Amino acid sequence: MSSRRSRSRQSPGSSRITEDQIADLVSKLQRLIPEIRNRHSDRVSASKVLQETCNYIRSLHREVDDLSERLTELLASSDTDSDQAAIIRSLLM
Amino acid sequence: MDSNNFFHDLHADTSLESSRKKRRKIEAESHSSETEIKWKSESAQRIYAVKLVEALQRTSSQNAPPAPSEAAGGRVVRDVADRVLAMAAKGRTRWSRAILASRLRLTMLRRHRKVKKASGSASRPRKPLPTAVEDRKNRLPAVGNRVKILSRLVPGCKGIPVTNLLEEAGDYIAALQMQVRAMTALTEIISVSQGDRLGSSSSSQA
Repeated sequence: MSSRRSRSRQSPGSSRITEDQIADLVSKLQRLIPEIRNRHSDRVSASKVLQETCNYIRSLHREVDDLSERLTELLASSDTDSDQAAIIRSLLM
Repeated sequence: MDSNNFFHDLHADTSLESSRKKRRKIEAESHSSETEIKWKSESAQRIYAVKLVEALQRTSSQNAPPAPSEAAGGRVVRDVADRVLAMAAKGRTRWSRAILASRLRLTMLRRHRKVKKASGSASRPRKPLPTAVEDRKNRLPAVGNRVKILSRLVPGCKGIPVTNLLEEAGDYIAALQMQVRAMTALTEIISVSQGDRLGSSSSSQA
C-alpha cells in the first residue's frame, strides 16, 4: 500500500495532488466528527479538525471502556448458558 | 458553442491535470463512502454484535469463573471487542492489523517468553518521511503536534505519512462508532433479557 503513495511523491506536480488528498481526507474526518459537522461547515482549520479528531477518538475509547465494564457486570451476574446465547442471537437478528 | 471551444482550448493544458484531480477526488470519495458503508450498515453492526457475543462466551468458558472482583474484568471484554472489531476490518487497514498483531505478540510473549518485541521494532524502521506538503502543513507547530498525538491514538500508526494517517483515522473512527452502537445495543438486549428472566417467574409473556 505504501508503494501506491510513493508514486505521488515521484511525479513533478506531486505536491499539489497530495494537498488535494489531504484536503479530501480532512473533509472526510470533518464529516465523521459530530461536533464539527453540527456547528461549522467547510471553514474549519486543519488544526481544529485534528484536535477534534483526537478528542473524539479519546471519548469513543472511554465509551467503549464503560460499555465493556457494563457488559462484564451483566455477563458475570448471569451464568452465560447456551439458552441465553440463543436468545441474544435471535434478538440481534 | 464557439465560446465553449475557446475556453476549452485555453484550459487545454490544465484540463488533463484537472481531470486527474477529479479522478482522484472521485476515487477518494468512493473510497470514503465505501468505508462509511462498511461500518455504517446495520448488517455489519449485527454481525459484529453476534461475533462479539460468541467470542465473549468462548472467553468466559475458557477462563475458570472470571472473578468480577478483578478490576481488569472490563479489560477482558474491551480486548475481545477490539479484536473482533479488528477482524471485521478484514486486514485492509493498518490499525486493525496492529491490534491483531499486538494481541498475537502478547500471547507469544506469554507462552514462549521470547523477546519478540525487540525483533518486532527492528523490522519496522521508523524513519520520518518528509514530503513537501508535510513540511508546509507541519511548519505550524500546532498541526505537527496534533498529528503526532493522533498517530498515538490510532493503533499502529506511529511513523506513517500524514495522508495514510488521516485515512486510517477516518476508518478507525467509523469502526469505533459501530463498536459503540453494537455494544450499546448488546448491553440493552442482555439487560432486558435478564430482567425478563429474573422478573417473570411463572407469569407468561404477553
